[in-house]
Amino acid sequence: MTTERNRYTEFRPRWYRPRMSTWWWLKRWSSVAFILRELSSIFIAWFIYFFLRLVHALGRGDAAYREFLAWAASPGILALNVITFAFVLFHAVTWFNLAPQAMVVHLGGRRLPGAFVAGANYVAWVVATAFVLWIVGR
Amino acid sequence: MMARKPIEPGLWILFSVGGVVAAMFVPVLLFLFGFAYPLGWLPSPSHTHLVALVGHPLVRILLFIVCTLCLLHAAHRFRYTLYDGLQLQHLQELIVLFCYGVALVGSVAAGVVLWQFG
Repeated sequence: MTTERNRYTEFRPRWYRPRMSTWWWLKRWSSVAFILRELSSIFIAWFIYFFLRLVHALGRGDAAYREFLAWAASPGILALNVITFAFVLFHAVTWFNLAPQAMVVHLGGRRLPGAFVAGANYVAWVVATAFVLWIVGR
Repeated sequence: MMARKPIEPGLWILFSVGGVVAAMFVPVLLFLFGFAYPLGWLPSPSHTHLVALVGHPLVRILLFIVCTLCLLHAAHRFRYTLYDGLQLQHLQELIVLFCYGVALVGSVAAGVVLWQFG
């Protein structure tokens, strides 16, 4: 950006700002994984919309509930939900695996190994899943 | 870098709590209502049972909290996706307004749907 007024002179420092490609994250698997995890946000938002449609249909009666299930079984929605499920699982697994870094637990003056913290998260996940299966499917 | 504002740590906490809630409850709910019931893998629960379940005030309050936290989690994460992934740091104000705005509108919608239920 050298205009007439703002030309480079010998003693004026210039900013060094290398341009980064928008696709910088494609070079390494770890950064691809990072971007994929980032994208899970869109799919979580979609799920909330999907779920609220279910609640809305339930409120309108049995016929609307059946209609919702038929809509959910249509190819487009089904495909979207398959992708959503993959992203949500990826979010869950990476989230639980990261838990030991975010949560440092000390017990009796010693730091609890990370595997315990991650393990506790997985146990909680199983319990939560079983609870929802039981209360909804009962 | 990001401006240091007193609200930022709070947003990160909501992001974390929302992340836990999303990880714990979204997979099972999506499995049931996205695949198992629509495709007939499992017999779908009766309308009466689900209405009784969602009709309970405590369940509705919990669902509202789950929806709000998930939306805030998603908004916060998407904000940083736009910052870092697409390198749009110069559009900070617009991005913040858009992300949390959508989360706020979604939460209000969730509140209305759950409030008017039944």
